[in-house]
Amino acid sequence: MGRDLSYAGVMGRRNEIMLKAVGIDYRTYSTGVLAFDYEALMAEAGDVQEIRRIQRETHVGDTPLWELGNITRLVRTLAPPGKGARIFVKDEAANPSGSFKARRAALSVYNAARKGYPGVSAATSGNYGAAVASQAAMRSVGCIIIQEVFDSRGIGQPEIVEKGRACEAYGAEVVQLTVGPELFYVFLVTLEETGYFNASLYTPYSVAGIETLGYELAEQMVAREGRPPDVVVVTHAGGGNVTGTARGLRKAGATATQVVGVSVDLTGLHMASDRDFNRKSFTTGHTGFGIPFATWPDRADVPRNAARPLRYLDRLVLVTQGEVFYVTELLAQLEGIERGPAGNTSLAAAIVLAQELDRDRIVVVQETEYTGAGKHPWAQLTFSCKNGITVERGDPADNAPGRRIVLPEDPAQLRVKEFPLDNIRRSYLRNALSQAGDRRLTPEDYRFLADEIGQDEDQVRSLLKEAAASEAN
Amino acid sequence: MSDQARPGDWVQIHRVVLPPGERAPQVPPDTQAVPLEMWVKGFLLGAAGPGETASVRTVTGRVLEGRLVGIWPAPGHDFGAPVPELMTVGGEVRARLAQGGGDANRG
Repeated sequence: MGRDLSYAGVMGRRNEIMLKAVGIDYRTYSTGVLAFDYEALMAEAGDVQEIRRIQRETHVGDTPLWELGNITRLVRTLAPPGKGARIFVKDEAANPSGSFKARRAALSVYNAARKGYPGVSAATSGNYGAAVASQAAMRSVGCIIIQEVFDSRGIGQPEIVEKGRACEAYGAEVVQLTVGPELFYVFLVTLEETGYFNASLYTPYSVAGIETLGYELAEQMVAREGRPPDVVVVTHAGGGNVTGTARGLRKAGATATQVVGVSVDLTGLHMASDRDFNRKSFTTGHTGFGIPFATWPDRADVPRNAARPLRYLDRLVLVTQGEVFYVTELLAQLEGIERGPAGNTSLAAAIVLAQELDRDRIVVVQETEYTGAGKHPWAQLTFSCKNGITVERGDPADNAPGRRIVLPEDPAQLRVKEFPLDNIRRSYLRNALSQAGDRRLTPEDYRFLADEIGQDEDQVRSLLKEAAASEAN
Repeated sequence: MSDQARPGDWVQIHRVVLPPGERAPQVPPDTQAVPLEMWVKGFLLGAAGPGETASVRTVTGRVLEGRLVGIWPAPGHDFGAPVPELMTVGGEVRARLAQGGGDANRG
């Protein structure tokens, strides 16, 4: 008997396929209508020291932390007297596959190999694919990466084409698709056919793998400066980077460190639109992932997303595409480090945030990524022009996603736009209420929701009332 | 015949996964109107010409079938062209630093 391979048929087997492909029965963690035991789920991955040991087996982590002296000097030409914090960067490009994603892939591939899966698969158009492929090469298991690459004209986003090339370089099979969320359907069919492990970005393995980044960073700063950093700036997309880094910082005792998420503002561009697809000059670290995943993490490819950024964000800010390209140029020209784009999204924000802080404060940009063909600003801006987008110097406030990229005329024009976390908290609670439906929330659910939005239960009740009132209108 | 691919050549095949009308319900109209397409590369099994149906063995050992669209295909991406709007940025910020701004004694 053949399997039903229709879209509806495969999606209907989603839970069964995922249970086999991840090896975690998420139902056992449920504690209420909405609530589940998040810490127990995270414990599936092991503690930080154990994770470090596993990552070191495949050369992951222990990346350098550098002070960006010239950029700090530049910041002090812009800041009010006495202001201009020191900026550091953690050079995650030094990981085997050229980004922090190696940390996320390391535990997934380790567990897949240990549990006897013949291979690993991941649905990703980003650095994560190369990371999984690289780790799979080291542990001698098969690897299939499924990417959304092309629009209906067959034109590939250069950055994603490069990531596909990197996956192939590590010996992975790459399945390339046109735009659309049905990538998930192809992923399910592949998992079912191959019996491969789902190296999802959103399992406890993937997110706990990033805890070592935050932990190392705090350790390195304490060893160097005698104290943890004041602010850690994190490029935010699916939420794993914020979640894992913040958890690692806390585990290292850096409980007073402020965690700031940064996304590139792509407001107005639809993530599943064939037309909009190649009008984006950033393929991740943008609001198209960052906001939906913060307002409802469980939209992921596993039943319970281990990345829950709203629990950990102290502040969320947006920057523009033009500002990030400009800052990528600053990093190369002033610091002699050619990286990006991903970490430079947080660097763009760090340059602004450092101007708010006293000179003895410390701001850390917690990642870099490798650059190269397709990823480089020239590659992306040339591609933008070919897709009818205007590129010009001017005030970054005039950036218009999908239409105009404005590179600042002067570093004083770099800014951040606050994204009020209360707006995300309200959206999160509205989504939670709609998931609960007619079911009555238990006291455990209220405790859970308070943890989920990083607030107390009274705040949950008052936001829920507001949400219910706005529904009624 | 020169563009005929031989068994063992590294080739790219293409197929339509979901035609328009069978796309997921949440997909916006412009995407609904086009098919979900897929490309995979592997070593060709048997001989085939461009546009013909071909089977490949991928590097994971899967055998997949589709229309032959590329023989020894190059990725095609590059570093792009120099961007005029970026070319002067380095000089500008270095000049700013050279003017003595940002010295440790200010403020």
